[in-house]
Amino acid sequence: MRREAPKSIADYTPLFFPALMLIVFFVVPFSTMIAVSFFKRNPSGFYTPDFVFDNYARFLSVFFGGVLGFSLLLAVLVAVCCVAIAFPFTYLLTRRPRRVQTLWLVGLLSVLSLSEVIIGFAWSTLFSRTAGITNLFVAIGLMDKPVALLPTFGAVLTGMVYQALPYTILVLYPALVRLDPTLLEAARTLGASPIRAFFNVVAPALRNTIVATLIMVFVFALGSYLLPQILGRPQHWTLSVLITDQAIYQSNMPFAAAMAVFLVLISLALVGLTLLVGRRENAL
Amino acid sequence: MTATLLRRVYFTIVALFLAAPLIVVAGVSVNSRQELSFPPVGFSLAWYAQIFTDPEWRLALIHSVTLAVCSAAIAVAVALPLAWFLWRRIAPWANIFQVLGLAPFILPPVITALGFLSFWATVGLFGQFFTAIISHAIFFVTLPLVTLSLGFASIDRSLVEAAATMGADDRTVLKTVVLPLILPYLVSGYAFAFVLSLNEYIVAYMTIGFTTETLPIKIFNALRYGYTPTMASVSVFFVAVAALVFGSIARFGDIRRLLGAMSSDGS
Repeated sequence: MRREAPKSIADYTPLFFPALMLIVFFVVPFSTMIAVSFFKRNPSGFYTPDFVFDNYARFLSVFFGGVLGFSLLLAVLVAVCCVAIAFPFTYLLTRRPRRVQTLWLVGLLSVLSLSEVIIGFAWSTLFSRTAGITNLFVAIGLMDKPVALLPTFGAVLTGMVYQALPYTILVLYPALVRLDPTLLEAARTLGASPIRAFFNVVAPALRNTIVATLIMVFVFALGSYLLPQILGRPQHWTLSVLITDQAIYQSNMPFAAAMAVFLVLISLALVGLTLLVGRRENAL
Repeated sequence: MTATLLRRVYFTIVALFLAAPLIVVAGVSVNSRQELSFPPVGFSLAWYAQIFTDPEWRLALIHSVTLAVCSAAIAVAVALPLAWFLWRRIAPWANIFQVLGLAPFILPPVITALGFLSFWATVGLFGQFFTAIISHAIFFVTLPLVTLSLGFASIDRSLVEAAATMGADDRTVLKTVVLPLILPYLVSGYAFAFVLSLNEYIVAYMTIGFTTETLPIKIFNALRYGYTPTMASVSVFFVAVAALVFGSIARFGDIRRLLGAMSSDGS
């Protein structure tokens, strides 16, 4: 059955329910949030409708500049670590038999679906003094006595790489599984070693995929809000943590909304960049 | 030879990294004493029993499962007609709804959560359980939308054409040809949304977190006051549910295809 243009109102019927739901429960809440970001905070209650730029102005302080800088730096680090680990891994995975691939994909999906709460709890246990990895080091004689490895920056970074790694692998998977095998065969026939062929043929051919993945993981990491709280100190808090904190504990919705709008703009700009990179790849 | 060995070492390291925290949590969860220690002291399944017997944990479990069952169903109900319309009709502007369906999943979750918080507070329904169901349904609509779009794309249009030529109207074609073909994609879309809703924290917290506890909220709240072994057993329970659901999808469907591999035969 070919696709046809809708001829009558009745042809639009299937669209009614999805359109209604998405407009009422996504577009309207999103717009509400943007509106609230211009409202005035009401110390006694919630907020009062207004049109002020105070909330945005407050954002332009040294403190929030620092938080933003830290968030971006952390997200960049997470993205680089994840792609560095995941790219060769995913490439090798796509060369394995179907059964092996399926098994890994099930495992990766299971880790990916884990709540940030559980990932945070699991790593805080692993980094703890009483039940942590340092007990293992003591057992094999590497250390004298167990120590707590958190709250530290390293703990936050490890937790976030753990959270983003399955996502990274699953984002890379379609591009790598569809990679033309003749490319590699040609290189191998011409005498390149597997590792050389990987770095000289596979990696350059997928340069745009790598850039797009880096950006997507970066946006994913920007969204982390519990791990910095569970595994780090207050100076490791990111913009997402601060938004939650302002909205819930300081009951300053307008300010939280202003920060969220700012985060949307950063994310959208980056998603747009990803699409642009992807389009160039398709054109090639 | 060395290449194979290197690959094995690499795969083992990645597997260990992904499994290590879960192994420790699983070990902690069978401690016979109420303390955080690894390797476990003694062996006890009491903390698993507590998920179902302790009224607070059981209530949180019921909330989480209810939320996941209902919101995944609504997510599919929104995604199915939309995906069908986009496959059946040429209406370029309708793609805007596809973008809307994908957006909550691409943006950092705290944004969607804050949007829902300000919306439900403005309309005066903040804290009601059903607001979390609708919020989760919209938040996770992406998953059935993606799997169903893949499903529709895989349908051979000549098959449908044949049915239409034989005199079947749109409705009959949908019921007898299209729906059976996309059923596996519908089920996996539901399953994806279900598992992720079960694990979701921030949207649930910002809609009902002050009035109703789901399991992730309960774990986080418990975490603030120190350690209880039930947290560990609930975490293991979550991993088991996820592995079971995705394992079944892999068993009865083609998970590689769902995740972007072109054909069902290996590469």
